[in-house]
Amino acid sequence: MKKTMYEKIWEAHLVRASADEVPILYIDTHLVHEVTSPQAFEGLRLNNRKVRRPDLTFATMDHNVPTTDRSLPITDLIAAKQMETLAQNCAEFDIPLYDIDSPEQGIVHVIGPELGITQPGTTIVCGDSHTSTHGALGALAFGIGTSEIEHVLATQCLLQQKSETFEIRIDGTLPYGVTAKDIILSIIGHIGIDGGNGAVVEYTGSAIRALSIEERMTVCNMSIEAGARAGMIAPDDATYEYIAGRRFAPKGEDFDAAVERWKELPTDDGATYDRTLQLDAADIAPQVTWGTNPGMVTDVTSRVPDPADMATTDEKRATEHALEYMDLQPGTPITDIPVDRVFIGSCTNSRISDLRAAAEVANGRKVAENVSAMVVPGSQAVKRQAEAEGLDEIFRAAGFEWREAGCSMCLGMNPDTLMPGQRCASTSNRNFEGRQGKGGRTHLVSPQMAAATAVTGHFVDIRKFQ
Amino acid sequence: MEAFKEHVGLVVPLDRINVDTDQIIPKQFLKRIERTGFGEFLFNDWRYLENGDPNPEFVLNHPRYSGVSILIAGVNFGCGSSREHAPWALQQYGFKAILAPSFADIFRNNCYKNGILPIALPADVITSLSQAAHDTEGYQLMIDLEAQSVICSDGTAHTFEIGDFEKYCLLNGLDEIGWTLQYEADIAAYENR
Ligand code: SF4
Repeated sequence: MKKTMYEKIWEAHLVRASADEVPILYIDTHLVHEVTSPQAFEGLRLNNRKVRRPDLTFATMDHNVPTTDRSLPITDLIAAKQMETLAQNCAEFDIPLYDIDSPEQGIVHVIGPELGITQPGTTIVCGDSHTSTHGALGALAFGIGTSEIEHVLATQCLLQQKSETFEIRIDGTLPYGVTAKDIILSIIGHIGIDGGNGAVVEYTGSAIRALSIEERMTVCNMSIEAGARAGMIAPDDATYEYIAGRRFAPKGEDFDAAVERWKELPTDDGATYDRTLQLDAADIAPQVTWGTNPGMVTDVTSRVPDPADMATTDEKRATEHALEYMDLQPGTPITDIPVDRVFIGSCTNSRISDLRAAAEVANGRKVAENVSAMVVPGSQAVKRQAEAEGLDEIFRAAGFEWREAGCSMCLGMNPDTLMPGQRCASTSNRNFEGRQGKGGRTHLVSPQMAAATAVTGHFVDIRKFQ
Repeated sequence: MEAFKEHVGLVVPLDRINVDTDQIIPKQFLKRIERTGFGEFLFNDWRYLENGDPNPEFVLNHPRYSGVSILIAGVNFGCGSSREHAPWALQQYGFKAILAPSFADIFRNNCYKNGILPIALPADVITSLSQAAHDTEGYQLMIDLEAQSVICSDGTAHTFEIGDFEKYCLLNGLDEIGWTLQYEADIAAYENR
């Protein structure tokens, strides 16, 4: 029988699957961070249970770490307590931890691939919905809740129902100035934020093949914003090349053997998906969100929509709410919208290629007066690499703040937040109400667009930006 | 986990679609290391004004909805972050069941693990139940999990779908970890393959 990549990985990880029971799926890699794990460890203690495979578990601190000088004490005592709790839990249960002082520290979805922990054909979970990022290397990776974290810690397994399969095929060549971020935003714009509910999406087509591994991560990262359980891209030579030599990657002959196994993973010719969608890369323009979820998105050349044009009463009301929250008038050209803040970072767009792209735009220019802009690398390793290339100097000279690694203003659990009413061009993944700070207004864009917006003070079409 | 068999409760309509977990429990409340203490922050940014007073406009603050345990909302309830703090907050506020045309995947899973029943019903049924909750003060519904049915006071019943395993877990308040651990031998065999 012809199989999709998802089906192959699924079947290879079934510990137990009898017809009238929910399947038990084996988990190869469990990533842990400070915010969603404390209650899971507490549950283990209460029930006198152990971590079954600490050797398959990796922890880091990212969500609420400060991004300012790491030598200063943390001023948020509750956040500090949460980090301390993770450190204690990792020590107690013997789990490797990349803590705030570690040279490997970073956003969990940035360091997984970076350290070679993320490998094709594996099952990866984390108590974070953007775990779908790891699917870019051909893994089955998805977010879980705290009860499930406890379940995986105790059993290294999950009770899982099989998902539907959904192929999103993008052929053609991306126009100049259009990025992986624009691909995924435009997909979400097409199918809606619940368009992928219950499905595992596989991105295919020549435009996806042409993406670098880091760009593929950007696409898979936001699968969850379309409601998908996971997003994945078949591994290819670029994937193997990316993995080779990384710390936890197989070495020597083991690596060659692994590559042979990985080559079996891609979906068989003639296998069918439950659903498919086709888009042409040439039709995609730089995207900007105007509302309060990632599906409320449009081309940079377009205008803020009118609630009156919405198909259903629910959508009309949701659009009205969104425009009121965002303080936008229907019909306003997107490029007329001014911003107060710019955030370049998050597990969507904080890797070295993202920072290079933003730096290229910022180089020799100045952040507009009235705008404050910051760059937060996804990991300490990205930060070191960027500094080695002089990107930090470019950003600083242009007036951007250059920070330590973490989630930062993607969700504003640490001191990096928007003030009420502030408007931000952000390379992150969620523009929900209050996401970056209560009353803050978020517009999602690519790193290039964010940098250009910082310089001009309002959204600009990067394709015409000189 | 607390078992769920049957429940009769007061219903509140929340006329919003795509309610995300950032709204259900904003991130500033995710720093607790305990499982408790989230109920008072449920829908925080909608529920309270800038000065901390209850927002009189927000539906949960209307006196007629005090003591509610059933929430009716629009499509795709619980989208966004995987934070289980969202069902914790709902449960600790007093909610036992949520009715909507559809739910986000991870959120729905997280509900089952906390004894909350997410019930998906057709959009027109949700609209009419929501309208009834608006129109009738003290509007109650009965939920019978065994029968997979939402029953109105006039006797009308709406059946809903739920996975056999989820149903079994809820009815029995099952400890899922304990359930999986009974297959320890299978797990070990898998690991030795
Ligand atoms: S960067 Fe944002 S989306 Fe990514 S893991 Fe951190 S908080 Fe979540």
